[in-house]
Amino acid sequence: MKELKFDTLVIGGGSAGMAAALEVSKRGFSVAVVERENSMGGILNQCIHNGFGLHHFNEELSGPAYAEKFIDMVESSNIKVFLDMTVMDMEETGDMKYVYGMSGKTGMIKFCVKTVIFANGCRERNRGSIGTPGTRPSGVFTAGLAQRLVNMEGYIPGKECVIVGSGDIGLIMARRMTWVGAKVKAVIEIQPYPAGLTRNIVQCLNDFNIPLYLSHVVGDIHGKDRVESIDVIPLKNGVEQKDKSFNIICDSLLLAVGLVPDNELAQKIGISINPETNGPIVDRQLMTGKNGIFACGNVLHVHDLVDFVTEESERCGKYAADYMDGKTFSDQYRTVPGQNIKYLVPNFYSPHRDNKFYLRTMIVKNRAELIVSVNGKEIFSKKLKHIQPSEMISFSILEDTVGAEIISECRNNTLEVKIV
Amino acid sequence: MKKDMICISCPMGCRISAEWGKENIITVTGNKCQRGDVYGKEEILSPRRVVTATLNINSSWLGRLPVMTTGTLPKEFIDSLLNKIYKFDLDVPIVRNDIIIKNISNTGIDLIATRSVRT
Repeated sequence: MKELKFDTLVIGGGSAGMAAALEVSKRGFSVAVVERENSMGGILNQCIHNGFGLHHFNEELSGPAYAEKFIDMVESSNIKVFLDMTVMDMEETGDMKYVYGMSGKTGMIKFCVKTVIFANGCRERNRGSIGTPGTRPSGVFTAGLAQRLVNMEGYIPGKECVIVGSGDIGLIMARRMTWVGAKVKAVIEIQPYPAGLTRNIVQCLNDFNIPLYLSHVVGDIHGKDRVESIDVIPLKNGVEQKDKSFNIICDSLLLAVGLVPDNELAQKIGISINPETNGPIVDRQLMTGKNGIFACGNVLHVHDLVDFVTEESERCGKYAADYMDGKTFSDQYRTVPGQNIKYLVPNFYSPHRDNKFYLRTMIVKNRAELIVSVNGKEIFSKKLKHIQPSEMISFSILEDTVGAEIISECRNNTLEVKIV
Repeated sequence: MKKDMICISCPMGCRISAEWGKENIITVTGNKCQRGDVYGKEEILSPRRVVTATLNINSSWLGRLPVMTTGTLPKEFIDSLLNKIYKFDLDVPIVRNDIIIKNISNTGIDLIATRSVRT
């Protein structure tokens, strides 16, 4: 087996992997990126709609255009990219990590590296994940797969479709299916509020008069060879109102029912996972429980804006370079999600450095307040105009905000974040 | 008259209000940037949208080329633009920002490629 030595191996050549690899490379370390598709860019390549890059590039780009700007930077750097390659396995012994990559062109390659950055994104939840009853005809697709079929391969998965889930992928697909000539009969959402960005409700549903059924579920799928219709059941206080169920005739069902970070490899080598994010538990430097193994992007927690992925991944690349330069911080304490917080990333902070946090709330509210406290003492607060679970919230705690008088040896110095 | 709406210019999704009186002077409030002001006024006078789609290309590795309008297009021109897009069968190479359709329906807006396809 061929053996190759690099300082860093980045798994995944999407927005996270490219941003992280570029930062590591800028610091003079050798970097390899392994990407399983035939081009870099990851999910951006099928997200042909606009709205990417407003924060990072200050212009409105399509997904492929955002990706291409990074691909150009990677191609003019010293980063070595391995396309059409899948990571098969991974081992670690002390300071060295061994990653096995396989491609049709190169065969098996053993990468011997000092640091590994997981940037391999997430997967779609599917029909099994939401336990939809009914027959198993063709015509049931995950929304991301349908998006790939339409936008990259030129197949239209159905003529009359119903979309389950009002997350951004579901909403974007409602518009896309309409624009390729299909009839979108309904979008069905189990929660009492829409899961996607409000701008997408406006421009993807309201523009085309597509009905959005909040607090509804799919009760049954009918059809022998092909989907023929579905039953929709309203929920009242979480209970199915079966007597009020109705039928929608359709030939396809697109499931946009959430994304799960893809952490099989991380778990196999014993990295602990945060059950709220399904991503690895990471410290302030986005390093997992294993020294020298980092994670960023959707494999760490599912983001809604690629600009945030880029920001997080660039920091991750810098932290990986810091680690190789011998800069690690032992003065790290736990962070915990408090009232109304679903999750908080990272899981540790350092009181004597800048700390950047991403979180998701569990509630929908106008005029909320985010409060950060350490050892029960409030150190930071921020007013938030409008919050909802689908919109990620970020904030920074700058160096020395947590004063020396607060951090004490006899307390656990846990940082708690809550929203009221 | 007053209309509350959500600005779709960027993923921030600002909640904005457009107010206008007899003189048809529209004032927009709640916007965090200039784009919100433009959006609020246009949405009252003549709603416009950015159009993105993909079209057929003869490439060795990619089935469809992603394309996008260079600005917002009045809604009434969208369907005829989509019909034109779906009739294309382009040869490579294509470079990002290449103009595919110039001056769509005399609006001054072009349709451009948003990805480079070399082979």
